[in-house]
Amino acid sequence: MLRDITIGQYYPADSVIHRLDPRTKLMAAMLYILSLFVFQGWAGFAAVTLALVLMIALSKVPFGYMVRGLKAIAVILIITILFNLFLTPGETIVEFWKLRITWEGLKNAGFMAVRLTYLILGSSILTLTTTPNQLTDGMEKALKPFNKLHVPVHEISMMMSIALRFIPILIEETDKIMKAQLARGADFESGNLIKKAKSMVPLLVPLFISAFRRANDLAMAMEARCYHGGDGRTKMKPLRYKKADIAAYLLSAGYFAGVIALKVLL
Amino acid sequence: MSIILDKVNYVYSEKTAYEIHALKNINLKIEDGEFIGVIGHTGSGKSTLIQHLNGLMHATSGGIYYNGQDIYDEDYDRKKLRGRVGLVFQYPEHQLFETTIFADVSFGPKNQGLSKKEAELKAFTALRSVGLPEDYWYRSPFELSGGQKRRVAIAGVLAMEPEVLILDEPTAGLDPRGRDEILDQVAKLHEERNMTIILVSHSMEDVAKYVERLIVMNQGSIMLDGTPGEVFAHYQELEAVGLAAPQITYLMHDLRKRGIQVPGIATTLEEAKEAILQAFKK
Ligand SMILES: Nc1ncnc2c1ncn2[C@@H]1O[C@H](COP(=O)(O)OP(=O)(O)O)[C@@H](O)[C@H]1O
Ligand SMILES: [Mg+2]
Repeated sequence: MLRDITIGQYYPADSVIHRLDPRTKLMAAMLYILSLFVFQGWAGFAAVTLALVLMIALSKVPFGYMVRGLKAIAVILIITILFNLFLTPGETIVEFWKLRITWEGLKNAGFMAVRLTYLILGSSILTLTTTPNQLTDGMEKALKPFNKLHVPVHEISMMMSIALRFIPILIEETDKIMKAQLARGADFESGNLIKKAKSMVPLLVPLFISAFRRANDLAMAMEARCYHGGDGRTKMKPLRYKKADIAAYLLSAGYFAGVIALKVLL
Repeated sequence: MSIILDKVNYVYSEKTAYEIHALKNINLKIEDGEFIGVIGHTGSGKSTLIQHLNGLMHATSGGIYYNGQDIYDEDYDRKKLRGRVGLVFQYPEHQLFETTIFADVSFGPKNQGLSKKEAELKAFTALRSVGLPEDYWYRSPFELSGGQKRRVAIAGVLAMEPEVLILDEPTAGLDPRGRDEILDQVAKLHEERNMTIILVSHSMEDVAKYVERLIVMNQGSIMLDGTPGEVFAHYQELEAVGLAAPQITYLMHDLRKRGIQVPGIATTLEEAKEAILQAFKK
């Protein structure tokens, strides 16, 4: 049940994008998101669409799998579209009661929907092709310069990777405890709000206990292995740029420059 | 009265990259009053199988019949089924949540809609039958030792007075003494109340001593099904899938190889002792 949440999940496959350095992918994703807010007009639209289609094709992640992540933002998407549709002043197409749809509204709503959808799809390519560990590794290395400013970069990224690592474990644990209580006749669904809230107690108490127990065990295990923070720590799989990364950097920079050029020139 | 599984299949995360075919075409008939051991390597599908028996998991395909009724029928009361087929999960002590042991054990019967008095009566009987001393009953369950916690959790399921009791690796993580205590309690339930019991384990030694029938799971299928003697006779096949017959089976085989006339199969120490003494008397 709970395991079917797909947003931000890694999809194992062997593709060019999967093999890129996480720093490259972070950078490219950032540039892509920026370009979504920069582009204008049909030519720009064609450019961002082309880039997205290309990335999806290269990533070898089934499109259907990717689209599932969109469900999470469906509500936001619809609200944005409605606001843009009805509240943009301009040349009226249809009018009923107090609502008015204008050409400008239609165009705004369309572009807004495209922006949001592409935003989610674009960033989900990043999370679908990069394991959480790689992602935090990449962030740690990319943000290393901030260490000089006494920002605890290593500690923050360690906390992030532990938190990410624990999400599936806690989901699994919730699933297990839920089943165990169901086997004892618990009922999580029926009844009014108060009854439902009360029925969560047999789930939440064991869940908290288990989370604390796991945190304790982990801290103990880390200390037993002499973990002492980031100073002088080396990596088992150090990040190194390869040729493909250079190509990817050049491509994304070129793409971004192209989108800006389209906006300025047209 | 029986549980019947008809061509049951179960697939985890169907149609994703993580798809796992955990149960493959399982056909099984479990009669009233049987004492069954389910063994298999980790990941062979034991836990998945038993969660189907009380309707917690819904088979991807195939049917399950409890006492002749299809449990997937729309008007079948599956919540009631969970009370009749009691399932004790692995590490059941992780599900304890109440402030006192007694309250925790009454949780099940209360959910069955019994009055406070009736529920407490059942909790009382259940705690008695797992042999937890009475002066513990009103303490917090979190103060207990691992083995004691597990007994409280088992009592929590027993309190619902199930007709079938399923235990998923009830001895995992216990010391040999805790293990024997729990298994002896379970065997006693079988003898005294003629309860149907299904004991899941990955250790042959554990179950061989107690059960009347052994089901061996391998990669989602039933590989062997029979009395412990019949199953252990296939000890070479068992080894091939990473399971081992009890030590005593090997001893009997070695003895035979050296020309001592003992029967090839023995599953418990007592049986072997008798057989060896017999052979030497001749
Ligand atoms: N909740 C789950 N989601 C996905 N796969 C699972 C889940 N639970 C078990 N599996 C997989 O199903 C198979 C059978 O698991 P399980 O029934 O737990 O085996 P056993 O109890 O014999 O160790 C294993 O390959 C396991 O990885
Ligand atoms: Mg298991």
